[in-house]
Amino acid sequence: MLAYLIRRLLYALPILIGVNVITFTLFFVVNTPDDMARMQLGVKRVTPEAIEKWKVERGYDKPLFWNAGAEGAGKVAETIFFAKSVKMFALDFGRADDGRDIAREIRLRMGPSLAVAVPVFVLGLFAAISFALLLVYFRASYLDFAGVVLCVAMMSISGLFYIIGGQWLVSKIWHLVPISGYAEGLTAAKFVILPVIVSVLAGIGSSARWYRTIFLEEYTRDYVRTARAKGLSERFVLFRHVLRNALIPILTGAVVVIPALFMGSLLIEAFFGIPGLGSYTIDAINAQDFAVVRAMVFIGSALYIVGLLLTDISYTLADPRIRLQ
Amino acid sequence: MKFVLLWSDVLFFLLLAVAIGGGIWASRVEHLRLSWRKVGTHRVGMAAATLLVAFVAVALLDSLHYRERLPGEQDTYAVEVRSALDALLTGLRTRTEKTYSAPLATHSFAKETLDGESRDFPRLKHAGAHLGSDLAAHETDIAHKLVQGLGMGLVVWLVFWLAGAPLRRAAPHLAWTVAFATLLMLCLAAGPVAMLAQGYHVLGTDKVGQDVLYLTLKSIRTGLLIGTLTTLIMLPAAVFLGLLAGYAGGWIDDVIQYLYTTLNSIPGVLLIAAAVLMMQVVIDTHPEWFATSAERADARLLALCAILGITSWTGLCRLLRGETLKLRELEYVQAARALGVSGLRILARHILPNVMHIVMIAIVMDFSGLVLAEAVLSYVGIGVDPNTISFGTMINTARMELAREPMVWWSLAAAFVFMFVLVLAANLFADVVRDAFDPRVVK
Repeated sequence: MLAYLIRRLLYALPILIGVNVITFTLFFVVNTPDDMARMQLGVKRVTPEAIEKWKVERGYDKPLFWNAGAEGAGKVAETIFFAKSVKMFALDFGRADDGRDIAREIRLRMGPSLAVAVPVFVLGLFAAISFALLLVYFRASYLDFAGVVLCVAMMSISGLFYIIGGQWLVSKIWHLVPISGYAEGLTAAKFVILPVIVSVLAGIGSSARWYRTIFLEEYTRDYVRTARAKGLSERFVLFRHVLRNALIPILTGAVVVIPALFMGSLLIEAFFGIPGLGSYTIDAINAQDFAVVRAMVFIGSALYIVGLLLTDISYTLADPRIRLQ
Repeated sequence: MKFVLLWSDVLFFLLLAVAIGGGIWASRVEHLRLSWRKVGTHRVGMAAATLLVAFVAVALLDSLHYRERLPGEQDTYAVEVRSALDALLTGLRTRTEKTYSAPLATHSFAKETLDGESRDFPRLKHAGAHLGSDLAAHETDIAHKLVQGLGMGLVVWLVFWLAGAPLRRAAPHLAWTVAFATLLMLCLAAGPVAMLAQGYHVLGTDKVGQDVLYLTLKSIRTGLLIGTLTTLIMLPAAVFLGLLAGYAGGWIDDVIQYLYTTLNSIPGVLLIAAAVLMMQVVIDTHPEWFATSAERADARLLALCAILGITSWTGLCRLLRGETLKLRELEYVQAARALGVSGLRILARHILPNVMHIVMIAIVMDFSGLVLAEAVLSYVGIGVDPNTISFGTMINTARMELAREPMVWWSLAAAFVFMFVLVLAANLFADVVRDAFDPRVVK
């Protein structure tokens, strides 16, 4: 097991390097730092001195890969690639364009992101599984058909509609919760409840339909027929046998997103004014703050790789027939 | 008049040609014909297909671009690039008001100071102008036009029905009843809208007084292009790499797997955001590449399609790799190899046709997600050019309107309803296609 984990972590390394090279190419080779400076300072009416100053302030004045002018190890170390990309492996993200420390911002903003993302994950999973169970219990009836139609209809509605509609109905018409904002501690619940409900509603259509097919597939198995032949009630078969076995693919499939919960949701956070990592990213995109976007890409990829690893581990825990080698 | 062929038009026409060519090819191959017949006999499938064809027709009209010739001088053309749809909807496009007005209203939505002292809702410049001062006739006029429109819709439908007679005779087992019933509903909805649009703003006007109906119709092309071109752009790479990885194995497989795992591990939105930001810098620093603003917007649209394609080809590639791994070990492929058929030929002749159903299903399944993604991305500011009319930009400009008192709901509602109909039709159609083509689904 331990050997497997170490091997997988080593396997993750080239992927992270690949991600880094891709983002580096996107940010520095496709566009030179000069282009970026001109973009930030305004395309017209910009002097070469201003560009140079902008680059020096942010450390973009070094060569890309190879600094021939430096001494010894400095040939590699005093380059943009080393300063901006390699240091990320040591979780040194540097500073944003507005001068703030990115690592500190991330630590501060993780809490609000999790406060929304974790309830969405847990409740969403619970709601989708319950709804799918309901449909399966009444399978091949009009209720089932209506439920599937409802799922397809809900899938076809834009996520923006759920957000805008929810804010309008709950906050503006009913005055139940504030439209947006965030507070520390228990008062956060007031701000978090609407985004959570909206995200759960927006996601339930596709996941409930997906889970329904998993449940139905499980129903065709031989052990279900055996259980029925033993004279077990339909409810007992559903909850004791089908549910337990179908939960394995559902839960292991959900594990992959757990680490990514830290990243928060871009849309929800931007709309509801939650000061999490999602809105941080959106703000960085709008302000064209490349340092922040680069850091978020790196963290996101690292978390995704952790998620894949967790998925593999959860398979072994859920299904004793699978051994990791 | 000078015809303008934007790059997205070229690709759109190419896509239609591929679709038609594929249709002709499929009608000659027995098992594909059977699968498509299954789609055609499915009632939901036919209804959804009819709706989609209507959407494609609008997008097609909107893809025939031209630049108007300016009067007087020799060989000078207007800067704006118009489409055949614009020409059809000249009335809607040019009859702009000052600001918001409700659907079918005769008066503006906001009060203004009229001639000196009194503050009141001013009359709209164009909507209801034919009524003159006889405002009492407003409702009867609407009712009158409604009935006229219904009649017109019915006549148009009858023409379609008669024109469709050879089709029904050629393929009598398909669910034509449902298709023509859907068409009837479309005609009955479009007729009154067309009649009313001549005198009013059927879906109201937006902040700068543009007709919302015009904006929604223009958005259809953008949505369809994003949904289809993205798949078209990524398809060759996904199919080739997927088949190659599965068939060749060894280090080639490792490299391709590494490639898609790496791309997959970057959070999609962030990769899109980063790429779009970069694209924006490139486009902004090279204004000399584009003759008109339409061309620039078009370049950004295509760039977005390409970027979405790069982030979305991995799923299809992995599926194809898995399927090829299975097919590679089958006897007929082994036999072909034993007879000395080259690897590329085996891929093209023996494996590709047998994974086409996966490609087919992926194309239709991806479409609806991409249309929805466009709206979200444009909303975040990393989607299409702000000057391109799309569902996303419509929602983006309308987002603060619900906070107004009384609220402005029509542009949001129009964008969401049109998008819902398009995506719902695509989802339903995708389900039917998947059921018909997926060999694992046994009814």
